[in-house]
Amino acid sequence: MSSSTDWPLWEVFVRSRRGLSHTHAGSLHAPDAEMALRNARDLYTRRSEGVSIWVVPSTQITASSPDEKDSFFEPAGDKPYRHPTFYDIPDGVKHL
Amino acid sequence: MAPTATAAALALGDDALVLSHRLGEWAGHAPVLEEEVALANIALDLLGQARVLLSLAGDEDELAYLREERAFRNLQLVEQPNGDFAHTIARQLYFSTYQTLLYGQLASGDSTFAPLAAKAVKEVAYHQDHAEQWTLRLGDGTAESHERMRRGLDTLWRFTGEMFQPVEGLDGADGSAGVDWPALQASWTASVTAIIEKATLTVPTGPQEGAWAAGAGRQGLHTEPFGRMLAEMQHLHRSHPGASW
Repeated sequence: MSSSTDWPLWEVFVRSRRGLSHTHAGSLHAPDAEMALRNARDLYTRRSEGVSIWVVPSTQITASSPDEKDSFFEPAGDKPYRHPTFYDIPDGVKHL
Repeated sequence: MAPTATAAALALGDDALVLSHRLGEWAGHAPVLEEEVALANIALDLLGQARVLLSLAGDEDELAYLREERAFRNLQLVEQPNGDFAHTIARQLYFSTYQTLLYGQLASGDSTFAPLAAKAVKEVAYHQDHAEQWTLRLGDGTAESHERMRRGLDTLWRFTGEMFQPVEGLDGADGSAGVDWPALQASWTASVTAIIEKATLTVPTGPQEGAWAAGAGRQGLHTEPFGRMLAEMQHLHRSHPGASW
């Protein structure tokens, strides 16, 4: 078995034929981007036509930290006036 | 079907069946999980082609499981044992390039096999791409992978001449366009040469005629490992003849 440095981890994003956006489908090991694309086609699309695949080396992804979840996401939650639904729309306003 | 068309269906069907079985032997043994899936995918494609072709020639199960070695019409190339990964890739490169070009010609023709070939060209183009990618990586990889790829290409070279012997039923005798075998050989040589040289390897020299004689596999003359492969493949069917599953 090759070492993980020779076969790094890649994240796979797939847009299905009628899909609007690429969705994370999973990950795989491959020696380079070309092989990662081909392996992703085998593993995640069964070679069905009209799909788009993105592969990204896992090391290129920066994730938000679970430890900072509260301070990172909550300020918006307890300040409802930051959301458009907080405001009543006055009668007579058109085209909003 | 005309007898000549049946002969052609057997030749092409046996190629696909036998190579599919060889690739199936890799299951659980490939170098990495991703390659496991790729080889199984290719084996499944080939088995699908074999089923359609053998069904054109008769009963697919009977033809696969109850024929003796001498009745098989596959190329000697596809019956060669897997060897190491580079050996398998060399066999894939030679055969999938042949199949891509042959089915390309058949798909644009008007023979019985045009509809089948039109469906299979997409599959075999994928097989060819897979073999090409690995030939480049192994040939232009480490000193050891280069040496193994060279050995695979050299060892199998003598079985490549048989691919260009005209196949009965694909020669245009039935009034269809037929396969242009010299053109097929020229395209094959150009394509394989380009890939091998890009992989920093050298195209093997020497005769391409095979172990027995040119066209031997198509006449039912096979190499020794083929008998053992058939014994394994046919064992259950021969132990319980007439059973359904």
